Amino acid sequence: MKLLKLVPDDTNIDFVRLRGLAFGLTLLLSVLAVGITFYKGLNFGVDFEGGLMIEERFAQEPDLGRVRAVVDSLGVGEAALQPFGDKRNITIRLPVQQGGDEGATNTAVRKVEAALAKAFPGTEFRRYSTVSGKVSGELIRNGVLAVVLAILGIGLFAIFRFEWQFGVSTIVAIVHDLLMTLGFFALTQFEFDLNIVAAVLTIIGYSINDKIVIDDRIRENMRRYRKMEMREIINLSVNETLPRTVMTSVTILLALLALLFLGGHVLRGFTAAMTLGIIVGTYSSIYVSSSLLISLGLRAQPENEKPVRGGSVADNAERVGPRA
Amino acid sequence: MLDFPRWKVAGIWLLLAALVSLSIPTFIPESVTQAWGINLPRVNKGLDLAGGSYLLLEADTNDVAATRVEAMREQVQTEMRRQNPRIEIGEISSRGGQLSFLLRDPTQVDAARERLLQITGTGAGMTGQRQWDIQVVDTSRFVLTPTAEGLKQAVETAMGDATEVVRRRIDEMGTREPTIIRQGSNRIVVQVPGLQDPQALKDLLGKTAKLEFKLVDVNADPQALAKGQAPAGDQILPYPNNPSGIPLIAVKRQAIITGDMLSDARQEFEPQTNAPQVSMTFDSQGGRRFARTTQENVGKPFAIIVDNTVISAPNINEPIIGGRASINGGFTVESANQLAIALRSGKLPVDLKIVEESTVGPDLGADSIRAGILASAVAVALVVAFMLVTYGRFGLYANLAVVINVFVILGVMALLKGTLTLPGIAGFVLTIGTAVDANVLINERIREERHRGRNVVQAVELGYKEASRTIFEANVTHAISGIIMFVLGSGPVKGFAVVLLIGIATSVFTAVTFTRMLVAGWLRRAKPKTINI
Repeated sequence: MKLLKLVPDDTNIDFVRLRGLAFGLTLLLSVLAVGITFYKGLNFGVDFEGGLMIEERFAQEPDLGRVRAVVDSLGVGEAALQPFGDKRNITIRLPVQQGGDEGATNTAVRKVEAALAKAFPGTEFRRYSTVSGKVSGELIRNGVLAVVLAILGIGLFAIFRFEWQFGVSTIVAIVHDLLMTLGFFALTQFEFDLNIVAAVLTIIGYSINDKIVIDDRIRENMRRYRKMEMREIINLSVNETLPRTVMTSVTILLALLALLFLGGHVLRGFTAAMTLGIIVGTYSSIYVSSSLLISLGLRAQPENEKPVRGGSVADNAERVGPRA
Repeated sequence: MLDFPRWKVAGIWLLLAALVSLSIPTFIPESVTQAWGINLPRVNKGLDLAGGSYLLLEADTNDVAATRVEAMREQVQTEMRRQNPRIEIGEISSRGGQLSFLLRDPTQVDAARERLLQITGTGAGMTGQRQWDIQVVDTSRFVLTPTAEGLKQAVETAMGDATEVVRRRIDEMGTREPTIIRQGSNRIVVQVPGLQDPQALKDLLGKTAKLEFKLVDVNADPQALAKGQAPAGDQILPYPNNPSGIPLIAVKRQAIITGDMLSDARQEFEPQTNAPQVSMTFDSQGGRRFARTTQENVGKPFAIIVDNTVISAPNINEPIIGGRASINGGFTVESANQLAIALRSGKLPVDLKIVEESTVGPDLGADSIRAGILASAVAVALVVAFMLVTYGRFGLYANLAVVINVFVILGVMALLKGTLTLPGIAGFVLTIGTAVDANVLINERIREERHRGRNVVQAVELGYKEASRTIFEANVTHAISGIIMFVLGSGPVKGFAVVLLIGIATSVFTAVTFTRMLVAGWLRRAKPKTINI
């Protein structure tokens, strides 16, 4: 039986030489992502904005203009409508109700439901959720805190297990993945809610996983080939791990695509974020984090426990900073 | 590395079999297991899958503080009069979270301080800090300020009690399996699966249900009342159903009966008019007090007050000595029933506000489960096929590991009484992807070692050995992000993190140890000269 090989054996792509190009592209995309995020803003869900979200399922595809007219006539604030999943599911977003107590919110939910049921017979209630402004602020804080802590914790782990350059390059690559994801959400205006924070953290976890595998191989090769130039070592390591990198990404993408198309609309934003994150994370593992090691001046150094032949102490000392 | 003693093989199979069998109850519908009369641990469906309501209740800590100052005010007044010599108090006021009062006779300052020390408690909690700060200003004015420590303890106590009351009220509604958890210093999370109408639940939780009987001050001047002026020792309360037209009434501050003297409350129908009413039974102390007061005040009205609103103010036609009373006042059956439940379960020591709420309809939940299961099945099928065409026999072993892993995760979740949420399903699918990663690492490594010209056994040995280290490193970092999600996350994020963490642990075991055992067994039996990988 002939087995499938996605990546041929002994690839020898000079990733390091493409570094400049990759950095340029990365920088450009990151700037674009930040720009879009600031310019268009994120479409925060009720979790982070506070307010009220009602999802209704209509008997047939409704005319959004009519739905809006019905909801706006109720005096519950300006409604933002969004088809969700198929065209018959509509989510209605309303601002935090005046009065701020549960009574006002309930009245609003009931008003909207009654009015829609009258105007569009056969409308079913699907779900609603309300979050007060205070809680949404906390949720934002916790979400941001979780992401920052995850990045720091993992960076520290990489620093302790490897060299500091590994930690720094990993963090830079992760931040890049993060920016891309934010840019994507700003561009598509998909709703950004708590589930997306979970997706972002997962992307971070996965992306790290990818980088650790490559870093691990670089470290191994540094010990194995003492005399080799750093750029060669990195090229070799990335090429050696390429089959695994591609295989794993393809496998996870297969699983994610199943979720994206069959997992129902509630998970759609989450899965879209994950899918993008896997692609971006794979790219940044191959280019950003490994090539950055050279810029950060990582160089092969003899292992401490083995006797070193020749050379003075100074030669064996760790060198940081750009190489002359 | 590749020699597995028999006990080890048996142990691994047993462990996996045990964990997999733990997942079985989850697949049997609940109606069936209940019919058999066994209660096996199973994975519960989260609200987003089962449909139901989630509420986050928050207590107003200022409210606790204010209540506490009011209570202290009453205590001070009784204490100063209780013993001889009586200590006369001039004006007393509770403003700005402090209590201050003036002594008529400045020479009694020391005696008053003595008595205050007794009632303000010597210490709060384990720290031995005082609960109140006592200061004397201008020789005869006392100022009592609650200490932060004392307040913290009071909030803690109030929240503990409030959680109990909330639990009692929800149990009274007869919903199935509500979850009620305290969160942080002043919040309570309530989750009720399968609830179709969250409205009743919220109305019930929104009631403080502070019940008081107070005498009506019939001498109060209606004109002054309308302006909000009341005689000394009175308070003015809203009275929406007042037959005299003014929606206000003046009552004596002193309560005859409070809600804690009730032993029971039920919704019934009034015999003559058949209108719904709430009838109450007092405990012995309440019964005695009520009997005495009604004897002394025949012919006068008294006010029945719930949450500082007068519901009715009936006249006392004759002494009521049976220890029972009833409230009528424009109830419907539902509202009477709710009030009865609220009174029965005791008053909330603190007002609770709903700061976050979500309700998922049952259809959406059912749709989500269907979609989630379909997606998971397709994902597994795709991954399995892909592994098979890529790694042949080794792919088959990896697939066995992945499929077993799915059931092991469910088994562990059932054991921990975990809840599966929609993001949890996503975490599940993702775990399938990452579980394969370990095998990809191992198999790629074996490929490489064969490529370098090592023999079969050496290649497999080295492949497992080298890859294991990498797998460990990668999974530790992955677990770090999982733990952070679990600690900081709420709701969906937490549900996702649980599945992720369990998945990381089980997939490392199944992908590394379990497949190594399978490969070792095959190598021993078949002794292949070459492997197709």
